Amino acid sequence: MKAFVTTAAAAGIVVFARAVTAVRAIWPEEGFPPRPCIYFANHSSHGDFVLVWAVLPPRLRHQARPVAGAEYWLKSRLNRFIGRDVFNAVLIARERDKRTEDPIAQMASVIDTGSSLILFPEGTRNQSDAPLLPFKSGIFHLVTARPDVDLVPVWINNLNRVMPKGEIVPIPLICTVTFGNALRLSPDEAKDAFLARMQTALLALSPRPAGSDE
Amino acid sequence: MSAASSDLLTLVAGIFGVLILASAIGYVLQQRLSPTGSNASIENLNARIKAWWIMVVLIGIAFVAGRIGVLILFGFCSFAALREFVTLINTRRADHWALAAAFFIVVPVQYYLLWAEEYGIFSIFIPVYAFLLMPIISVLRGDTERFLIRIAEVQWALMICVFCASHVPALLTLNIPGYEGRNVLLIAFLVIVVQLSDVLQYVWGKLFGHTKIAPKLSPSKTVEGFVGGVISATLIGAALWWITPFTPGEAGLLAFIITLMGFFGGLVMSAIKRDRGIKDWGNLIEGHGGLIDRLDSVVFSAPIFFHIVRYWWSL
Repeated sequence: MKAFVTTAAAAGIVVFARAVTAVRAIWPEEGFPPRPCIYFANHSSHGDFVLVWAVLPPRLRHQARPVAGAEYWLKSRLNRFIGRDVFNAVLIARERDKRTEDPIAQMASVIDTGSSLILFPEGTRNQSDAPLLPFKSGIFHLVTARPDVDLVPVWINNLNRVMPKGEIVPIPLICTVTFGNALRLSPDEAKDAFLARMQTALLALSPRPAGSDE
Repeated sequence: MSAASSDLLTLVAGIFGVLILASAIGYVLQQRLSPTGSNASIENLNARIKAWWIMVVLIGIAFVAGRIGVLILFGFCSFAALREFVTLINTRRADHWALAAAFFIVVPVQYYLLWAEEYGIFSIFIPVYAFLLMPIISVLRGDTERFLIRIAEVQWALMICVFCASHVPALLTLNIPGYEGRNVLLIAFLVIVVQLSDVLQYVWGKLFGHTKIAPKLSPSKTVEGFVGGVISATLIGAALWWITPFTPGEAGLLAFIITLMGFFGGLVMSAIKRDRGIKDWGNLIEGHGGLIDRLDSVVFSAPIFFHIVRYWWSL
């Protein structure tokens, strides 16, 4: 029964996200990532992972788990149901002193089970004029622990215009989700160089700003 | 069977015949010249043929459903076109409520007014009320950055995608003596002539074109394609006089006018695409452009066609 409700809720959310944003995936020439990987994306809206999730083909979608802040997704029963049951999110405590588990170990163990992760390395929603906020170092520590895992950059375009922070009515603009080729941590690559390389790879996927400059 | 439905049946049979022929030609060309999908022109032709099938089937269903079906179809077209347009314009957070109003109030109201046959308010709702009220909604947020550009672009989007497009179904509201109950055929006349003009310009251009007519705007358009397409579409329009309230000469003249409007409309929309640095308005049919790419010429010719018919033929 519960499985049926979560499947139906997931399908409903995907249909809604597609109806509002007419979202379209753009895949690289290499095609879909061949094995479980870490999708890392720009973050400007609570709907970001829903959009990535919605455009993944079902086979990849079932193995993809978004990484999200525990505080938000455990806040209410509805949030809990959507975050934990529907999207099977890997919930990370944001505040250090409330942590019972090390987030890197948490994510690494999920990778070990053969799942993919959807990660937002900016750490928080970008409300600034800059296209990207500086990446947090978590993604570096994660690939240091699991150096064999592929990193797939994902640029989500326009969702911040569909539903800016604090608005309640979505504007049905067309969104695109662009996937890049898989990357890896190079041997002996330092943290800052790695983070800079990942940011550049992600930014390279962003189209010429059509319309909004926000 | 009434005269209207028998004319409609003849027309539908003719269109299906033409589409089947076109699909067959497209198929043979692909088998002969582009079996691996390497010839871009042939792939493009086949994509267009596929789009026409979809267009014909949708319009056919709408015609069968009657007035409400036609209004719902064009209402959705306006919505989808507006979404393609607004995706590409300058908007800021301060425009959020104005944009929400454009999608969820202006579009439904414009088509409701057609349904209610309130012609007076229909024809000024967007040019007057939306024109004045949308900037008021935006200005309340106090963001002046690029304000004139923002409000002008939203108004332009509404004029093109909603106001102009709604003049296609508005043909149903005309009251033409001796033509009662047959107004859907005017929509068919407009759409067929403009779409055929597009494709005939393309075909004439592919066959004989070498002088570019607007190299900066649309490198594929040629003088030969333009002249050949306009003349042949005008002749086809004249030959379709039997579905209209016009004489063959009048039908030809009207076909000539809407073909010209369609051509220049295509150029204007190309210029906007170039300005925005895009090739297509959207990806409604994967890889074959958006709705506006297919409807730009109809949108430009519809209001002019509507007003000429209204002024000289309607009561």
